[in-house]
Amino acid sequence: MFEQIEGSQAVAKAIALCRPEVICAYPITPQTHIVEGCAEMIRTGAIQNCEFINVESEFAALSVAIGSSAAGARTYTATASQGLLFMAEAVYNAAGLGLPIVMTIGNRAIGAPINIWNDHSDSMALRDAGWIQLHAETNQEAADLHIQAFKLAERLSAPVMVCMDGFILTHAYERVAIPDQAQVDAFLPPYQPRQILDPADPYTIGAMVGPEAFMEVRYLAHDKLLQALSVIPEIQQEFKEVFGRESGGLFHGYRVEDAETVVVTMGSLAGTVKDLVDEVRENGAKIGVITLCSYRPFPLDGLRHALQGAAKVIVLEKSLALGFGGVLAADVRTALHGRDTHIHTVIAGLGGRPITRKSLARMFARVERDDLKDPHFLDLDLDIVRREIDNQRSQITAGPIAENILREIGPCGPKAV
Amino acid sequence: MSDMTAEQKVKFYQKGTFTAGNRLVDQARRSVQASMERSNAITSGHRACQGCGEALGARYALDAAMRATEGQLIAVNATGCLEVFTTPYPETSWQVPWIHSLFGNAAAVASGVAAAMRVKGREQVRVVAQGGDGGTTDIGFGCLSGMFERNDDVLYICYDNEAYMNTGVQRSSATPPTARTATTPAVGPEPGNVFGTGKNLPLIAMAHNIPYVATASVANLHDLERKVEKAVAIRGARYIHIFVPCPLGWGSASHDTIRIARLASECGLFPLFEAEHGEVTGSIPIRRKVPVEEYLRPQKRFAHLFKDGGGERIARLQRMADANIKRFDLLREAEEAPL
Repeated sequence: MFEQIEGSQAVAKAIALCRPEVICAYPITPQTHIVEGCAEMIRTGAIQNCEFINVESEFAALSVAIGSSAAGARTYTATASQGLLFMAEAVYNAAGLGLPIVMTIGNRAIGAPINIWNDHSDSMALRDAGWIQLHAETNQEAADLHIQAFKLAERLSAPVMVCMDGFILTHAYERVAIPDQAQVDAFLPPYQPRQILDPADPYTIGAMVGPEAFMEVRYLAHDKLLQALSVIPEIQQEFKEVFGRESGGLFHGYRVEDAETVVVTMGSLAGTVKDLVDEVRENGAKIGVITLCSYRPFPLDGLRHALQGAAKVIVLEKSLALGFGGVLAADVRTALHGRDTHIHTVIAGLGGRPITRKSLARMFARVERDDLKDPHFLDLDLDIVRREIDNQRSQITAGPIAENILREIGPCGPKAV
Repeated sequence: MSDMTAEQKVKFYQKGTFTAGNRLVDQARRSVQASMERSNAITSGHRACQGCGEALGARYALDAAMRATEGQLIAVNATGCLEVFTTPYPETSWQVPWIHSLFGNAAAVASGVAAAMRVKGREQVRVVAQGGDGGTTDIGFGCLSGMFERNDDVLYICYDNEAYMNTGVQRSSATPPTARTATTPAVGPEPGNVFGTGKNLPLIAMAHNIPYVATASVANLHDLERKVEKAVAIRGARYIHIFVPCPLGWGSASHDTIRIARLASECGLFPLFEAEHGEVTGSIPIRRKVPVEEYLRPQKRFAHLFKDGGGERIARLQRMADANIKRFDLLREAEEAPL
């Protein structure tokens, strides 16, 4: 049934349909509306047989989830940004223990400077923790990915993060098809744990592993994520058979078949880029988009195959590895190693900076003219940056950079670029 | 008080000694450990040091919990000595379902296990979380306070050996003043750990108004077992803080573990008491009060107190012990104790 609904509420309804048994919640913007929605549905009885636990930190949220999942309960939590970092130790632990927890990330920047708006710094920081990371392009996909995530997590006994762009998706009202309970029940069987804490069959879970076996245990965790490369498309297909729509998978291509230039991106940004691709194609440029859904595992082979016709690849990402450059771009370069594809790194939208079609169009044009330095920072105000670099060089007591920039920009915000 | 008074009617001490034993007690009241049917929750073969107070305390506590729950028990363990010496992969000493996640989250993981038991309709299965003093009073304190505040159905047991022993004897917020650790060396004008620091976690637990809080000691194993069994019979958040000497970290002889634990209580530095909903309901009176020197002297961590200038610091420790004695009225029945 279609509803005009906020992204967070759509996700909360999707979670409810998955019959969760334990939900842990700690507030952090912009994921709060999801767990608020869950809390209300538990109080009204729309979610039956579920414990909702208000914890005292994100570290506790995922720790409670570790306990309940290990004891055999289907478990869900959500977080973002600083919250994900605060639970980082438990993020690795949940994966190491092979617990099929599903967690939403309302993607948000990491401070300092503190910033509540969207980019991908948070989930990127935990990309190597052993979790499957799926990125939603739309709110429909966000809702659908949660239903797929439980199936995926429980089939592989591995935790899954469903990443959705903070505010852009979490707070946006869109038309979303909310499935029937009967459909979800047909798609998602009850959780059958591989290991469980049970007095009838006592297991020791989380034992110490020394150098004699740690490599093998780690390799098998890696192998489990590689298995996900085939399980994710299987589940995408199973989902299509029950719900009748395409959602999830490793990545989506848009007008890629004959494209000479392909933009590789993740999340909600794909919508803007697709619109622009249509516009640019009217002028004859052969351009397409690949939107990654599965960032971990990273579909190296699939992407290499999909990009075989591309002479130029623009990796458009909302993340920056300080002191290195593009994070996603480095992964794409690995996928294309040995090819002479011209790869551009474009860092955009950090801390919620709007990514406009105008700026993207100008960047595309520069790529066509081979006039783009790598990496490129979309809409970065270089004048301000240079002045502050000079300021910091000229005096030891130059003061905090963030405050200096804000003072220079003034109350009206950045000048139009 | 009523339960405490009843407990005092039975004297577990063997005549002429200070040993708590079974021989003077009828079969029904004998220790869980005296029974052939004990669960042996932590079986032999683990790698604890000789004379480890924690291994002893944990075995008694969990076997008592196993008897009280008729084997329906799940244990959660913080990182620390107990976790390391019981689970050198692929061997395990645990005869109960057991999970170790992290150093600072045992209370939260236990909350999750309890939630799962509730939602699965298996509330007869009880949950025990365990940690050392570092995992409890320092790094795990946030999760522990959260578990208390929510009144989650978890019994948390802290095995307190007053420092980070697993990492090589560093100070924790349970380290007593003047104690030498690797990070509070016995040098300078104020040698060892400084006065005026540290947390009293049993009192902090009581401030959460949880149903049950108790202190216990490996020197009084009957009392320890009784408190565990009592705690297991209660629903909601419960906390037991067990005093467990560490021969390695304290510089004491491995055969002195029980004696030192007894001296800690008999001098007043580690009072044995219990509390319900924030109110003290009972304490174990000191049978033969000893000066703190008797407790301090067999431990190398306090050796610097017995050199020049240590007298004032010992006097300060004695004042702390006397304050405990007054607070918990620990001398009230001392004269009635058997010789």
